[in-house]
Amino acid sequence: MTSDKHTKAPRKTVGGEPAHPGAADKSQDPDWANGLRRLYDSVVEEPLPDSFQDLLDQLDSKA
Amino acid sequence: MATEKRTASEKADFKRELTDVVPHLRAFARGLCGRADMADDLVQETLLKAWAAQERFQPGTSMRAWTFVILRNAYLTDMRRNRFRGEYDETVAERVLTAPAGQEEPIHLSDMHRALLTLPPERREALLLVGAGGFSYEEAATICDCAVGTIKSRVGRARAALNTMLADGSIPKRSIGDDAAHRAILEELDDVASGQGARRN
Repeated sequence: MTSDKHTKAPRKTVGGEPAHPGAADKSQDPDWANGLRRLYDSVVEEPLPDSFQDLLDQLDSKA
Repeated sequence: MATEKRTASEKADFKRELTDVVPHLRAFARGLCGRADMADDLVQETLLKAWAAQERFQPGTSMRAWTFVILRNAYLTDMRRNRFRGEYDETVAERVLTAPAGQEEPIHLSDMHRALLTLPPERREALLLVGAGGFSYEEAATICDCAVGTIKSRVGRARAALNTMLADGSIPKRSIGDDAAHRAILEELDDVASGQGARRN
């Protein structure tokens, strides 16, 4: 259904292999797809400011 | 049954699960609104709302999916109130700009993030959920309260747009900083928000 969208941009990706038309499944993800996950994971792995735990403890003590 | 009073151990479970999901909420929020400080405000707001609504959480279901719905709705509401100007946070992007080993021409995460922020919010969130958060199309559709086909289409369009931008290097300098782009995004948001309501039930 959406496959026609992909055929419009069969350009090279930044880092290497050409993006495949119809690249909808994981095995054909362009290179930047990995970057998207790293962007997300880099935030997940950041040390957590205390403010979040403090807020939850505060809410918990009120209950 | 969802409104029954929770036992102490259920409450403790809820708090633990909510605590565990905070890093994911931060990552999703950062992707959505682009600025670390605003993203964290959004996460705080989400935690408050989740806490207040905890008796509606069904134990055993995905806390991440449940809280993402809350965060998403809070974001849409705040966006429409014009709280997020979508300023791109350059310093954060520089900090996360790390080249993977063995890759000759790494994609700069700052480019990646900037390109992501140029997408209309509904496509951005779809791509974040599926491409970054690892949700299935079905789960993402539940979170966004829309059809699976709609999510697939949004992800497809988002991918096509990023392909073009990252291949050309044609990423706008300031994503939604200029008025025309910002207006267009707000108009799309109106459609999103009016079409599916701000609440889950």
